[in-house]
Amino acid sequence: MATMAAATMRTAGRATVLRWAAIVGLAALALALPAIGNGYVTYMACLILINVIATIGLNVTVGYAGLLSIGHAAFVGMGAYVSALLLIAGAPLPVALVAAAVAAFLFGIVFGLPAIRIKGVHLAISTLAAQFTFYFVAQRWTAVTHGDNGLQTPQVSLFGFSFDSDARLYFLILPFAVASCLTAANLFRTRVGRAFIALRERDYAAEVLGVNVVYYKLLAFAVGATYAGIAGALLSIFLRLVNPDQFVVSVSIFYLTAVLVGGRGSILGSILGALFMTLLPEFMRVVASGLIADTSRYVGQLATFREFLFGALIVLFLHLDPRGLVGLIEKFGGRIEFRG
Amino acid sequence: MISTIVELSLVGIASGSIYALGAMGFVLIYKASGVFNFAMGEMMMIGAYFLYTGMVIFGLPLAAALPLALIASAATAAGIERFLLRPLLGQPHEVLIKVLFGTGAMLRGLAGLVWGQDIVRLPEILPRKPVFLGPFLIPGTLAWGMLAMFVVFGGFMLYYRFSRTGVAIRATAEDQSTAEAMGIDIRGIFSFTWIVAGILATAAGIVGASVNGLSPYLGNFALEVIAVVLLAGLTSIGGTMVAGIIVGVMLTLLGYFLGGAWQQFMPYLLVLLVMLVRPRGLYGTKLVERL
Repeated sequence: MATMAAATMRTAGRATVLRWAAIVGLAALALALPAIGNGYVTYMACLILINVIATIGLNVTVGYAGLLSIGHAAFVGMGAYVSALLLIAGAPLPVALVAAAVAAFLFGIVFGLPAIRIKGVHLAISTLAAQFTFYFVAQRWTAVTHGDNGLQTPQVSLFGFSFDSDARLYFLILPFAVASCLTAANLFRTRVGRAFIALRERDYAAEVLGVNVVYYKLLAFAVGATYAGIAGALLSIFLRLVNPDQFVVSVSIFYLTAVLVGGRGSILGSILGALFMTLLPEFMRVVASGLIADTSRYVGQLATFREFLFGALIVLFLHLDPRGLVGLIEKFGGRIEFRG
Repeated sequence: MISTIVELSLVGIASGSIYALGAMGFVLIYKASGVFNFAMGEMMMIGAYFLYTGMVIFGLPLAAALPLALIASAATAAGIERFLLRPLLGQPHEVLIKVLFGTGAMLRGLAGLVWGQDIVRLPEILPRKPVFLGPFLIPGTLAWGMLAMFVVFGGFMLYYRFSRTGVAIRATAEDQSTAEAMGIDIRGIFSFTWIVAGILATAAGIVGASVNGLSPYLGNFALEVIAVVLLAGLTSIGGTMVAGIIVGVMLTLLGYFLGGAWQQFMPYLLVLLVMLVRPRGLYGTKLVERL
């Protein structure tokens, strides 16, 4: 008995050490990345981090609270447009970021409102409607959004430090990505986070236990949208360009696939999913250019194939392991994180 | 002015009957198995491409290509049910919805890879010559398409009401366990409803493609179909015709007076309105779960 306990403690101790070593190693890598990687690596790293933030947001709504959202790109777009408009008007960077988050939060509440009366598939359709509403307004309200031409975002700076290169932008984005992971991970140790999980498991039971179901459903949408808004703001700052075509349904499918492939209800899953999904098209591009001499002629086919692949991945992971890559890793490597 | 409105309304009724047919397949699946088929639009698109393959690529006559296209799309629908959905039976609905959503994306991508991204035209299976109804003129494809739709719709309604299988489907929709206890093979019914829905979708897809041209994105049409389904109320087969005509007329009038962008956006607005005001739709019997 005693030896068993000691053995357990030893394994636990070793696991903790390993875990800290992994965290320190990853942190060092993350900080050194722009220095060791070339411009392309830095550029991709920025995109991945932005996608991590947006995917975590969707995972809060879909993975933790169990509400199906297929309009996540609209929330990202809301953040992108609000921050771009404010930056163009000359607002300082923190104001633009906060405003983007708030706008996305409110937008999330508005399109979560049908949740008061409906659930399940109806809710999914209402998020799809959010998607098309956003696209319609972004494209048609040309006086503000400049329609299909989109908006050019100025270069941003903070306290006189100007973010004029990808490497510098990387260090603007990285803290937000880390903060997103930490806040989301901690959210599920709080009353709100636990309420989300209760909703997902059985909303009637949650109601009986005194969880205000409508309130928390709205909140789950709004919190997920807030992450998306911040991701959108960073995206507009990073790409220096915002237009309606960046926020279409296929982008929402992209995020949904990232959540399902990475792992529902898991922060690590969001990171893995965003990483996998951002790199997959790049990987496909490399493979294609190895196979075909002149890839420019096949850009359309590549986009179509990507759509097919995203769909296939959704179907495959739901069949194979509903917990995605994290589930697969845990199957072979044991439990790796606290799970809500 | 008045005559323009009447003419547009007639066009709207005709295009609405296409939505109605797609919506009927949708409702049929939902009633029998409680699955919300997010891939319906893609099933319509694939069915139309099957006909296109038969007639244009292999040069078959309509009489040969149409049955082949119907068989191929019935097989596709049965395959989706058997291999993608049935293994997940008993899982939460949200999982099935996601699978079908993914299936839709797969079919769309596959169609783009096989048949290309460009809009192609189906051979003229419906006469183009405009039809005059008194003083009013309706484009030929639409008028004949509407006629075809009504025949299919009416035929199906009769079958659903009076045939043994139709009764079995209705029994399954009513109560699955009781139906099974009465000796109905409900798995067979699930397969069968998917096959029928595949055929209905193909019919709607072919008429839709004859009017608007065929591309992998024909499936986006499904969102208009979803608007129809929700307006009708998820569970009413006859209601889809009424709702289809309402949506068709509304879209055509809006498209004429406000332009194409509004026409595309309108179904979503309608969906939101229906869900905020009357989530069970016009004829829906079962109340949508609220929480």
